[in-house]
Amino acid sequence: MPSVGAALGGGGATAAPAQRPRRNWVPYALLLPGLLWLALFYATPMVTLGSQSLQEGNVYDGFVFTGNLSVYPQALSEYWPQLLRSLGYAATATFFGLLLAYPLAYFMAQKAGRWKNIMLILVIAPFFTSFLIRTLAWRIILSDGGVVSDFFERTGLINLLEWLTLTTGGTLLNSKFAVMAGLTYNFLPFMILPLYAALERLDPRYMEAARDLYASGWQTFRHVIWPLSLPGVVAGTLLTFIPATGDYINSRLLGNTQTVMIGQVIDSLFLRVLDYPQAAALSFILLIMIVTLVALYVRRAGTEELV
Amino acid sequence: MTWIKRHLLAFAALAVLAYLLIPNLVVAIFSFNDPRGRYNYEWNEFSAAAWLNPCGSPGLCEALGLSLRIGFIAAFVATVLGTLVAFALGRHRFRGRSGTNLLIFMPMATPEVVMGSSLLTLFVMAGIPSGAVNITIAHIMFCLSFVVVAVKARVSSLDPRLEEAAADLGANPFQTFLRVTLPLAAPGIAAGALLAFSLSFDDYIITNFNASPSSITFPMYVWGAAQRGTPVEIFVVGTVMFLIALTVVVIGQMLSSRRDRKA
Amino acid sequence: MTEHPSGDLCLEQLSKKFESFTAVNSLDLTIPEGSFFALLGPSGCGKTTTLRMIAGLEDPTSGTIRIGDVDITHVKAHRRNVNTVFQSYALFPHMKILDNVAFGLKRRGDKDAMRKAQEALDLVELGHTAKKKPNQLSGGMQQRVALARAIVNRPNVLLLDEPLGALDLKLRRQMQIELKRIQSEVGITFVHVTHDQEEAMTMADTVAVMNAGNLEQVGPPADLYDHPASTFVANFLGQSNLLTSRVTGLGGDGLATADCHGHEIQVAAEHIPTGVRDVFVGVRPEKLRLDRSGRNHLDGTVTDASFAGVATQYLVRLPWGHEVTVVQPNDGSPRARVGESVDVSWEPGSEFVLDASQDQDAGMFDTGLRDA
Repeated sequence: MPSVGAALGGGGATAAPAQRPRRNWVPYALLLPGLLWLALFYATPMVTLGSQSLQEGNVYDGFVFTGNLSVYPQALSEYWPQLLRSLGYAATATFFGLLLAYPLAYFMAQKAGRWKNIMLILVIAPFFTSFLIRTLAWRIILSDGGVVSDFFERTGLINLLEWLTLTTGGTLLNSKFAVMAGLTYNFLPFMILPLYAALERLDPRYMEAARDLYASGWQTFRHVIWPLSLPGVVAGTLLTFIPATGDYINSRLLGNTQTVMIGQVIDSLFLRVLDYPQAAALSFILLIMIVTLVALYVRRAGTEELV
Repeated sequence: MTWIKRHLLAFAALAVLAYLLIPNLVVAIFSFNDPRGRYNYEWNEFSAAAWLNPCGSPGLCEALGLSLRIGFIAAFVATVLGTLVAFALGRHRFRGRSGTNLLIFMPMATPEVVMGSSLLTLFVMAGIPSGAVNITIAHIMFCLSFVVVAVKARVSSLDPRLEEAAADLGANPFQTFLRVTLPLAAPGIAAGALLAFSLSFDDYIITNFNASPSSITFPMYVWGAAQRGTPVEIFVVGTVMFLIALTVVVIGQMLSSRRDRKA
Repeated sequence: MTEHPSGDLCLEQLSKKFESFTAVNSLDLTIPEGSFFALLGPSGCGKTTTLRMIAGLEDPTSGTIRIGDVDITHVKAHRRNVNTVFQSYALFPHMKILDNVAFGLKRRGDKDAMRKAQEALDLVELGHTAKKKPNQLSGGMQQRVALARAIVNRPNVLLLDEPLGALDLKLRRQMQIELKRIQSEVGITFVHVTHDQEEAMTMADTVAVMNAGNLEQVGPPADLYDHPASTFVANFLGQSNLLTSRVTGLGGDGLATADCHGHEIQVAAEHIPTGVRDVFVGVRPEKLRLDRSGRNHLDGTVTDASFAGVATQYLVRLPWGHEVTVVQPNDGSPRARVGESVDVSWEPGSEFVLDASQDQDAGMFDTGLRDA
């Protein structure tokens, strides 16, 4: 996946100054401990994960490597709904995340003036507090008889959600709606910050120039602001989509049995059912799917500087 | 009407900000609740009991202590290793740069459930029992990439002429690093360390795959509690964390804006 | 700091190649101790690379650098008694002004670093800014701090890399005078890199003109201006009118005759390069006059006149289509109008003569290459 590497390294590769070319061992010495750690505890586990998926047996009698690939079609045929659902939920959360994050990021970067720093603090601070507790707070916010559920009922929005099969039984909690709202919420800072970084670099004179050259507000956005913010959009969508796909905290705490995501399946196969090969196979499938999607996306978006 | 139209963007921005902050507000309010049952989901009546005795919920403070310890160690090690890598990437030319970038990027492109489960298979095959050490190792691994990104951004934006100026003025490479490069990179390193700590402290999924019953971290405690009932004390901890984070971020902002103005 | 060599700065056969590109090509140059020396050339001519090699920030591909008798070619930057004023000043943003200035002294363990730094700041009239940070100072002030930071170390050689490039015109003029004053006060060898020919000529005792990695000519500014050795120097240093001519014979009183598009003109015989007959006769615009008072004269038509206060610059088309530039002081004499037929004349001996086998337009336009 050269494009994935380029996505990360683009900035560095071009910015690397021509320095001290003689003392070549220095960068390797700097890299060694960190890369060794990643090799041992990121790369090696991928090998053992692959190996585990091709073993047969059980935790009590031990596993034997048989190289039986049939576990993959089995896992796929059994759990494809959860896999697809995870991708769907993650894509939805990414889409709405972008929709919500963009105006806030743009406002902070270009319009907030002296409020900029305060707003930035308010965006970052929740990100540093417990993910789980904030998700639990959504149970309170969306609970029956609460302000939000009241509002949905009065405006009839609840009927729309029911019609879209996003909720059932007239309650907001334990539904697709709650899971996707939670996912959108939880990964929003990951969307806002890269967008903010990209939009903050935007020289306001570009917008003035566009207006001067007869562009409407929308055309200015479409032809100037949006293209220039693309690196932020790509980084933000990736940082939202990837963790959201594997997440199961939201689906577990805010959903129901019909909203089970793939992470939940892998978790329970590993830790409850103890079917390691099947679990490892699913895990591997998830990884391949994500990496493929990310590689395609990065290539398509054609941005060099991601991180 | 035109007033509303003109400020539409501001309203949208504030609404999103509210969406981000309301859960924290709810957590703060419900930390003063005296719930009727085991679940702290409905407002009953005001009580400061949980604030007066935050360790009242059995096991909570032990879990918190473990999370803090793991968080500090993981943040420290990841910051040191990540900073070294960031310096190599931002300041040197070498063969294997794209491979290095790929290895740094992959943990960020891998869902936590995959990293957690793959590490479990590694430790199982190596015959290493689960526990706090495994958790710490895992946390260092996934925090490292984020530190690299944070520090590299800062390092590659530094003017290389500043280092040349130091050498020109008689500073040897070590003095140049200590007196010029490191102080200038410090904000990036601090941001990386802070990020690493919060990622470690907050991680549930990877931790859960590698924990044993004797190594319950705070997020695991919250998760376990959510299955049986939610003690008000975890809302107290959540509020305190928010306040600490707010303070740290405010101080960081003040430092950096003072630097922008003065330095 | 193991050695403190002093003496002339000598570059011998100094070359720098970047992969396939030769930035500096076998440069031989001696810069006398205590002189104000300017390295002048367009972007990409190799002047900055030369400077960086002297500073020790770039390794020469071949050749040697000596100060007096000591070879410093392979001495690391931080061990050389050579300091640089960087193009964008490179003041350390995290240190106070005084700490910036004291940085070099402290690295050498000078006990008196702070007092000396304060004195250096006073020398550049910025003593009151000691406690400030660099970004609280204006560009001109930062420039002076960078200068103080370098000279406080009493280097054998002070290198200035386009030090005035970021300043506006008025400030540049002030700083040029200021730099000359400081140089004469401290008596350190200054090597000043610039692409601004006017700056080089006003400030330096000796100017070296570089082009595409090679040295074109070295000498005092007036020599270079009056007797450029190549079309590149003639065009790059001020404006030149180059008239294609052929030397036809020697006259009396040290003059030679030449044929310029069918017109006979006279030139000083000593100005003609030996063994050359096809030449460019070069005359500076201010040495041409719009009358017949000079012994050499041609007729032409005014095609453009631009008034510039102290003088007026005319473009005059000669009969064979070539345009010459004439600058006339606005001393009350009548001004010519566009379209007017005029005489253009000059005195033999005020010209310079160059071999016509060179590119007539060399040095006219910036090559557009970035300085390597």
